[in-house]
Amino acid sequence: MTIDTGAGSRTAHPASSAEAARAPHTTAQSASSAGAARALDLLDGPVTDTTLRRYLEGIPGVDAVGLEQRAASLGTRSIKTSSKKLALDRVIELIDLTTLEGSDTPGKVRSLVAKAITPDPSDPSCPQVAAVCVYGDLVPVAIEALGAHHAPRAKAHGVTGISVAAVATAFPSGRASLAVKLADVADAVAAGADEIDMVIDRGAFLAGRYGEVFEQIVAVKEACRRKDGDDAHLKVILEVGELVTYDNVRRASWLAVLAGADFIKTSTGKVTSNATLPVTLLMLEVVRDWHRMTGEKVGVKPAGGIRTSKDAIKYLVTVAETAGEEWLQPHLFRFGASSLLNDVLLQRQKIRTGHYSGADYVTID
Amino acid sequence: MKAARRAYDRVWSKMSGSDRGKYLFRIARLVQERARELAVAESLNNGKPIKESRDLDIPLVAAWFFYYAGWADKLDYAGLGANPKALGVAGQIIPWNFPLLMLAWKIAPALAAGNTVVLKPAETTPLTALLFAEILQQADLPPGVVNIVTGAGATGQALVRHPDVDKIAFTGSTAVGREIARATAGTGKRLTLELGGKAANIVFDDAPIDQAIEGVVNGIFFNQGHVCCAGSRLLVQENVHDDVVERLKQRLSTLRLGDPLDKNTDIGAINSAEQLARIQELTAAGEEEGATRWSPACEIPANGFWFAPTIFTGVQSSSRIAREEIFGPVLSILTFRTPQEAIAKANNTPYGLSAGIWSDKGSRILAVADGLKAGVVWSNTFNRFDPASPFGGYKESGYGREGGKQGLSAYLAPSGGAK
Amino acid sequence: MSRLAVPKTYKLYIGGKFPRSESGRSYEVLSKDGAFLANAAQASRKDARDAVVAARAAVKGWSGSTAYNRGQVLYRIAELLEGRRAQFIDELVHSEGLSAGTAEAAVDLAIDRWVWYAGWADKYAQVLGNGNPVAGPYFNLSVPEPTGVVAVIAPQTGEGHSLVGFVSAVAPALVAGNTVIVVASEAAPLSAISLSEVLATSDVPGGVVNVLTGSPKEIAPWLASHADVNALDLVGAGGLDWVQLQVDAAETLKRVLAPEDGPDAAAPSLERISAFTETKTVWHTKGLL
Repeated sequence: MTIDTGAGSRTAHPASSAEAARAPHTTAQSASSAGAARALDLLDGPVTDTTLRRYLEGIPGVDAVGLEQRAASLGTRSIKTSSKKLALDRVIELIDLTTLEGSDTPGKVRSLVAKAITPDPSDPSCPQVAAVCVYGDLVPVAIEALGAHHAPRAKAHGVTGISVAAVATAFPSGRASLAVKLADVADAVAAGADEIDMVIDRGAFLAGRYGEVFEQIVAVKEACRRKDGDDAHLKVILEVGELVTYDNVRRASWLAVLAGADFIKTSTGKVTSNATLPVTLLMLEVVRDWHRMTGEKVGVKPAGGIRTSKDAIKYLVTVAETAGEEWLQPHLFRFGASSLLNDVLLQRQKIRTGHYSGADYVTID
Repeated sequence: MKAARRAYDRVWSKMSGSDRGKYLFRIARLVQERARELAVAESLNNGKPIKESRDLDIPLVAAWFFYYAGWADKLDYAGLGANPKALGVAGQIIPWNFPLLMLAWKIAPALAAGNTVVLKPAETTPLTALLFAEILQQADLPPGVVNIVTGAGATGQALVRHPDVDKIAFTGSTAVGREIARATAGTGKRLTLELGGKAANIVFDDAPIDQAIEGVVNGIFFNQGHVCCAGSRLLVQENVHDDVVERLKQRLSTLRLGDPLDKNTDIGAINSAEQLARIQELTAAGEEEGATRWSPACEIPANGFWFAPTIFTGVQSSSRIAREEIFGPVLSILTFRTPQEAIAKANNTPYGLSAGIWSDKGSRILAVADGLKAGVVWSNTFNRFDPASPFGGYKESGYGREGGKQGLSAYLAPSGGAK
Repeated sequence: MSRLAVPKTYKLYIGGKFPRSESGRSYEVLSKDGAFLANAAQASRKDARDAVVAARAAVKGWSGSTAYNRGQVLYRIAELLEGRRAQFIDELVHSEGLSAGTAEAAVDLAIDRWVWYAGWADKYAQVLGNGNPVAGPYFNLSVPEPTGVVAVIAPQTGEGHSLVGFVSAVAPALVAGNTVIVVASEAAPLSAISLSEVLATSDVPGGVVNVLTGSPKEIAPWLASHADVNALDLVGAGGLDWVQLQVDAAETLKRVLAPEDGPDAAAPSLERISAFTETKTVWHTKGLL
């Protein structure tokens, strides 16, 4: 190795120095080259497999046992009844209500959208979810079904509304050429998707081609731009179940953040291992450190496998105690879920009525 | 004493190992059955957070009896040859920081080995010991096998000096341990001492940083720092000192101090006014010696004895807060440059109970562990306890081990082997 | 009979060197029947202090050597002793008044004890240590390690004690990697000094064994109270106020072995090795992820 990056690259490591944390950072988040620019800054050189590897593999490792113990201990926090209703409402507000099946039809999507707009017909005080998440070809259906509830239109009326998120980039495997992936993204963006959930190329990542993964994220981010300047937000799915180790998850998280992700997302929901509390904790630690370093806030989205209110509340506690309570907003934290919503509604009904509810009292979408 | 001797002579020493084991299994199960009640009682007793008594103390109490129950009929494998003998009557004196857990550490191996017991809980924390006596009744343990006497130092002294005691096991301060060692000199009484500590938690620059921060927090703020093996000295590699301190502060800001019976409380109450005064005295000394003190902004309840989690930076090896056992939620942070220096600083104390090492490099961890004069070394973890794992110190942290096979043999003598 | 013999000056053995007592004192060593044998150095408290310094300095190297190496070094002592059997038999005959046969048996026994303990060096940790099946994702291993500096009051009485007793007390302490300061038999110190000469020419590093001759009554209290001594073997202290020595040792919580009487004092046993070890238990997390 002829390039001696010395203390410069060492101190730029997220966990290595407090100086780096205090270094001013002026990257404009909206610029499409922002990812490349901040990466150049940190890597002390052009973005290549080598510089990325040096950076990512220099990040301190993760001790699996300690991470899982911390997550378990966060899971034992108990929420007082008085806070519980607030917590449940917040969970709903953070949900990306999702359907991602080969069998999805316009009817299914319309049903999902109706549920997103009115989660609990018996209770008008029930908040709406953050977004619906569908395949790209169903974006127009979702937008049409949302009507005035669609976020861009709703905003005009001073309400938040519901966004439409589309999975893209040859979801879920990501096994296609970059051109195909970009076309996939461009289609969804053109159709009006507010958010793009892309998958990283796990094959490239595991083969050590970090530069390729980085370039793809940058390119997709570029494809998220709209002429009107109202860019689609980019969620980068790491597919943690295929990265397997926590060290990989941590590196992939940094890689995605460096490349300009607005959100890092655990998984597609299409492999056996999806969001877990430890893995989400780990990703929250990354965005917390990134914020310390640059002042920028990146969102986190656990997806797949979160089915109960009890679990969801553990995630809220983990977010609050790791990144801070300010992260508990739809632009910084989301649950990718489908069945979770009904369990939350059952719990809400229990709090409202004082008795346990049943499956027939919540709607299927 | 008489009851214990009578029970030893007439009942316990004649009982088969398997029957002794069955009694211990019964006790383990009864502790599990009454876990919730015991956890609440322990938090009331001691002031520790219910989270800890519920998730750590009481489950370990049951585990300790369960582990040693199985040893009772397998003493030939304890490492002392065939047919090892019980020692007779064991006098046991325990502290207030883990009242019921220390009781279990003492009673379980003693009974498994075939001894009878006279145990004195700390004068401020007799509550769960008395509840435990009730459990022994439910287990139908023969009378006299376990005797619990409450009282202060004088009671303990009487126990230590009693001519009919064959073994003394003590957990507590080094000062009292020394007294006991003097008092038993020349008597042939067997002695196990678990005394003070000033453990170093060593964080290298390649440590898994977030887990290390958790471990450091757990190491010193667990049980309000009322732990003999607490990681009260943090040795940080100098090049990551600032980062570690900043992360530590951030983490400490999320700790909750308050009502021990609140399930979300991380840090409970200080055990006594006396203990609080000692912590206050030593922290004042720390400031006077030039160290920088920091505590998170946290609400301190109006009533009772409380001390906010506190860290000191800029601490030198010579400072009192780096040398004396504070036994409170106070962390002294020192720096080092090389592994050799870390080992030297970690060992630079008359104590030698425990230590922690945080690094991603296996070969370095093992070499540092080799160099540490400490009875328990936790690598990339801290404050883990298990009945199968021996616990005890080097140097002035005492002698003998509790837990594991070593803990059992502390209550046995080789067959025919006169002392 | 025509040649005039050259008698040996018996000195202390400290840090691999043979100094006289810093006090300049010596005392007469007499044979069983009262004949003058030699002047032995009468060690002072300052000699004891120097011996502790030497012993402490030697801990790192000796305890840090491999068990295989320590075993070989101890075995080497037996080899050298074997080569000097005649000298040791002669010394025992003269200083303890043993018959030639008894002395021979005693020297053989001493040699065999070195061999026995040499073999333990790379085994005691396997026998006394263990992996512990803790309830959690941890690698957990307990191993015995040397306590550090051990002060030994060697046996003072009994047939052959000046050699066999000395070896029986010293060898087990060395097995684990401790270093020792031994107060030799007061009445019969010659074998101990001759053994020191064997040690000095063997592979035992200087400072690992330090031998003081003189009055145990005078020296023992300084060793018992010395804060840099970790353990105290009172095997030969039965004739002293050993309870007080144990009380003194309590100040720094030294590990103490009580006096033993009789012909089989310090009989070979694993317990004599384990008495001067500390069990260290190392936990390490285990994780695939």
